Amino acid sequence: MKIAIPVNEKKVESGVCMSFGRTPYFLVNDTEEKENLFIENTASKSTGGAGIKAAQIIVDNEVDVLLTPRCGENASGVFQNAGIKMYKTVGDSVESNIKDFISGNLSLLEEIHAGLHDHGKK
Amino acid sequence: MIMEKNNMKIAVLSGKGGTGKTLVSVNLAAASEKAIYIDCDVEEPNGHLFFKPDDKKEKEVSVIIPEVNNDLCNGCRKCVDFCRFNALAYIKNRLFVFDEICHSCGGCVMLCPQNALTERKKSIGKIIEGVSEQVYLYTGMLDTGEASGVPIIKELFQKTKDISDKDIFIDCPPGSACVVMESIKDADYCILVAEPTIFGVHNLNLVYELVTLFKKPFGVILNKYMEEKDPSEEFCIENKIKILGKIKFDKALGKLNSEAQIAVRTNEKYKVIFTSLLETVKKEVRNETASDS
Repeated sequence: MKIAIPVNEKKVESGVCMSFGRTPYFLVNDTEEKENLFIENTASKSTGGAGIKAAQIIVDNEVDVLLTPRCGENASGVFQNAGIKMYKTVGDSVESNIKDFISGNLSLLEEIHAGLHDHGKK
Repeated sequence: MIMEKNNMKIAVLSGKGGTGKTLVSVNLAAASEKAIYIDCDVEEPNGHLFFKPDDKKEKEVSVIIPEVNNDLCNGCRKCVDFCRFNALAYIKNRLFVFDEICHSCGGCVMLCPQNALTERKKSIGKIIEGVSEQVYLYTGMLDTGEASGVPIIKELFQKTKDISDKDIFIDCPPGSACVVMESIKDADYCILVAEPTIFGVHNLNLVYELVTLFKKPFGVILNKYMEEKDPSEEFCIENKIKILGKIKFDKALGKLNSEAQIAVRTNEKYKVIFTSLLETVKKEVRNETASDS
């Protein structure tokens, strides 16, 4: 199984990134191969629709599960169609979130935000 | 380009909502002999509440968005890679279009080697025309949930582009985003409406930067003017910005406005104030046109 998490830096000790669509990297943990892979999130610099593009990257990397603090409705639509489940991270640590997920201690991400588009417009 | 023009196009804008854009644009239009009032604040147009126009005509505004035929799509992803707004995704051998993200450029349809994408119309709002005494109104209304009012604003100006015998007053959306740029693009002159607070100065600065960037001639109207200390007046003096007029803080005017009454049409005193403001604006526009040529 492949587990993906948005992370701030290209190392395991790095914290979980607060943004899904604009995270600089994703860490992908392969539970069978027991290895971590870092994927650059090329969507982070998009002018718009970053969530959709980031979700496309996750789908293309054949990820099974995404652990994330939050997710917008467009990306969530992609995951629903792709059959990828989302779980809500607890705290900042990448390693403990993976451990908690495997032991069944993370809950499904149910709160989907409507997006942060047009912020600061008024 | 030299064009003989008898009328002027005035855009009224401000950095935030509630400063008095509608008060100023509605009353200037009402003080004119013949006027066109265009409500570009398509997310919450309210000029029509004051004018209460008759003979209303409605027209739907739509945009073109792509529609996919997944039987023809071979998953080459040319469209997905092309779209700079990421409105398309290819998931589990199916192409998905995110309507709200699409900016209607039509690029994906042109690019698709399989002809799997076609164009379809999607309604995003409407334009309502109407008459109120000597003022002709165009109101743009964006449907709730739609991302951008720009197509509606473009359509508003398309409809009014040939009018040359009436002065045009454009009630802009608040702020300084794309919709505001679209609203002031063809204006001959911009009126910035400001409030007498420090917060008001911050917002005034936003639109000041915008009209400067667009190289538009402009002036400021100090609304809810405070004689003892008006931070927006200080800002104008500091930056050598033309002050077109001051509308004093006035509870009676506030009340009229809150009852959706047009001050100019109900009270001689306000008619005098706005008629004189209109004269000042006209003089400014004439000066600008003269110095341009």
